[in-house]
Amino acid sequence: MTASILPLSAARGLRSAPFTARFGMAVIALYVAVALCAPLIAPYGETEIVDAEFMPWSAEYLLGTDNLGRDMLSRIIYGARNTVGIAVATTVLAFLAGAALGILAALRGGWVDQLLSRLVDVLMAIPSLIFKLLLLTIFGTSVLSVVLIIALVDSTRVFRLARAVSMNIVVMDYIEAARLRGDGTWRLITREILPNAAAPLAAEFGLRFCFVFLAISALSFLGLGIQPPTADWGSMVRDNASLISFGDITPLIPATAIALLTIGVNFVVDWMLHRASGLKD
Amino acid sequence: MNAPNPRAATTGMCARTALLTIEGLTIEARTGTGWSEIVHGVDLTLRRGEILGLIGESGAGKSTIGLAAMGHARDGCRISGGAIRFDGIELRTASEATRRALRGRRIAYVAQSAAASFNPAHRLIDQYAEAPVLHGVMRRAEAERDAAELYRRMRLPNPGEIGFRYPHQVSGGQLQRAMTAMAMACRPDLIIFDEPTTALDVTTQIEVLSAIRDIVRRFDTAAIYITHDLAVVAQMADRIKVLLKGREVEEAPTRRMLAAPREAYTKSLWAVRSFVRAPRPAPAPRATPVISVERVSAAYGRTPVLEDVSFDIHRGQTVAVVGESGSGKSTTARVITGLLPPSAGAVRLDGEVLAPRHGARPRQALRRVQMIYQSADTALNPKQRIREILGWPVQLYCGLKGKAREARVRALLEMIELDPDRYIDRLPGELSGGQKQRIGIARALAAEPDFIICDEVTSALDQLVAEGILRLLDRLQRELDLAYMFITHDIATVRAIADEVVVMQAGRVVEKGPKDAVFTPPHDPYTALLLASVPEMDPGWLTRVLAARDRAQP
Repeated sequence: MTASILPLSAARGLRSAPFTARFGMAVIALYVAVALCAPLIAPYGETEIVDAEFMPWSAEYLLGTDNLGRDMLSRIIYGARNTVGIAVATTVLAFLAGAALGILAALRGGWVDQLLSRLVDVLMAIPSLIFKLLLLTIFGTSVLSVVLIIALVDSTRVFRLARAVSMNIVVMDYIEAARLRGDGTWRLITREILPNAAAPLAAEFGLRFCFVFLAISALSFLGLGIQPPTADWGSMVRDNASLISFGDITPLIPATAIALLTIGVNFVVDWMLHRASGLKD
Repeated sequence: MNAPNPRAATTGMCARTALLTIEGLTIEARTGTGWSEIVHGVDLTLRRGEILGLIGESGAGKSTIGLAAMGHARDGCRISGGAIRFDGIELRTASEATRRALRGRRIAYVAQSAAASFNPAHRLIDQYAEAPVLHGVMRRAEAERDAAELYRRMRLPNPGEIGFRYPHQVSGGQLQRAMTAMAMACRPDLIIFDEPTTALDVTTQIEVLSAIRDIVRRFDTAAIYITHDLAVVAQMADRIKVLLKGREVEEAPTRRMLAAPREAYTKSLWAVRSFVRAPRPAPAPRATPVISVERVSAAYGRTPVLEDVSFDIHRGQTVAVVGESGSGKSTTARVITGLLPPSAGAVRLDGEVLAPRHGARPRQALRRVQMIYQSADTALNPKQRIREILGWPVQLYCGLKGKAREARVRALLEMIELDPDRYIDRLPGELSGGQKQRIGIARALAAEPDFIICDEVTSALDQLVAEGILRLLDRLQRELDLAYMFITHDIATVRAIADEVVVMQAGRVVEKGPKDAVFTPPHDPYTALLLASVPEMDPGWLTRVLAARDRAQP
């Protein structure tokens, strides 16, 4: 019975969604589809040099070619896979670490809380972009270190939120009851606290994803993010930026792709926050 | 029926003009999809200087109607029909500016929780002066002088100085009085009191009640007094209107309403306090108590909260621990459960000393001591279904899994008189207050305990529901031979269910013993004060008690 009701209520929720949220969901769906099917829809390979450099838009190369003579459209399509995929992985990692430690700090209190919170304060005190640049120069610019470093820096923000939300939950009588019952820390976190903290954390996930995504693009633009020849929107803007002086808008297309996804995700997050807050109208 | 229409009788009795007339009031509340009616055509007439008591269970629409008397509807509610005339002004059609000019100036409102209604960032006097200055009734300096005068009339300590404190620097009972004084600031024609003493201790309640009654009479203010406590309304109101689910049940002058209620529902409200449990045989003189609190002292940081507290609880017995808030009742429970290690003394379970911290106690010891909380809303995880709320302790303590666990959960639901098929898959949010409290009881029973701490388990519930919970607890005690420690400030509940009584004040036990011994004179002075402060249904009770106190302290 429950199973038949669930899709129904989800469908009703979708129908009640405002235009902005539907737009956002359509954008996200489009990006996911493109990222998953990149090899099927891209006309050329990701790193394949197909022609001369900086070819204009034509029937053969819909968006022309880049500074090394690779097809722009194909690279944008593969870029969705790389940039978005790495951003999702980084955000998930930041959330696993930040949320788990944040809830733990709220649950345990005392010196555990003090230690973790002060550590996070220190990490947050350093301007995040400069901190990331510094760590990347120290540890090198492999995809793995990009993911780990951005996840580390962003997990501090998740930690703060998870701790604040959990502080309001751990004072509830049902947490006291669970402690008196002798429940372990893992069960307290996963069964008692997390379900109640899920709504604000889910909303934060959307926002955090945008920041991570922008951070990766910014780092790539600065040359310390995803390295060539991997297709990535941030570095594509940088590599082809000189075209703008010739009146060609091609480098703006990956930039627009970044902006569009950020706006789409924000629309959906706004709507989710609105629903979670229980406000009507 | 020959019974005269109460409304006709009262109009004859009092020739004064009607101040507030409400006719056919309907109010709707927003639901998921549309609007549903929650108040279905209520009529109400209030004359100058008259106090009308509105009583009913939660959900009866008392507060909603009280707010509508100011032409206001809460967020998510709207006044959908009827007329609200205040002194000739139709509030429903009046402009917002007109209504705003009335509110605070001619109609005032005193909320249930003064602590939550005062702005914590401003001093009391600033909040007092806001309405009179804004409405141009008096200047700031006059308002401050006036405040001191009203604070004195409300019998607040240091009336000249208390206004310059912030809300958190003043006790709850004092805040409630300060709020009543604030409502009187513009000398309004009508004050709406929304359960102004519900959150207070009985000894504080009596002071607030007498101060309110005093000041309302002195300035000849009309009032709507909203409460669910019949004994309180009997002291305050000239007339009583009983509400049930947004409809009027009946209305009559207070004395007639108390002496001869006409409707079955009203009679059932009046009869609630009749439940008294059959007395249990006293425990054998040498028996080992299930729980023995031995000379326990405890402190929060450097502040001592318990001092040398000792009492025993025997199998099958109910020990009621009574006292005002801050007397250490709940702290004693925290020491027994191991949440707060005592600074001296020990707690024994069946003669064995329990580890001071719950983390150091074996699971079997944790299992045998269970707790039921005051507020079932915060005691049940809102995201877990009943199956898990009850199933997990069954699995944890008794090692039952799969079908055996499911069967045990169903048996527990049957024990608390809830149909397993209907309720096992629900979330706590899909249950009523009384049902939630029953689930709280079932969760304690799931551990198959010997001893249960009941922390104010009925104080958040309506009287009829609370009665059902008390009867259930009584039945379970008989069937399972449980020992209860019943923390409460409600003496009526103590009379109904206790075998022994422990009276606490400021962290000490002032008196303990079998119920009859504690409730029969001579009393300890504090027990006497506590007993004398419990409101009775007799409308003359408050007057008598105050007179007796004046005689005692000339």
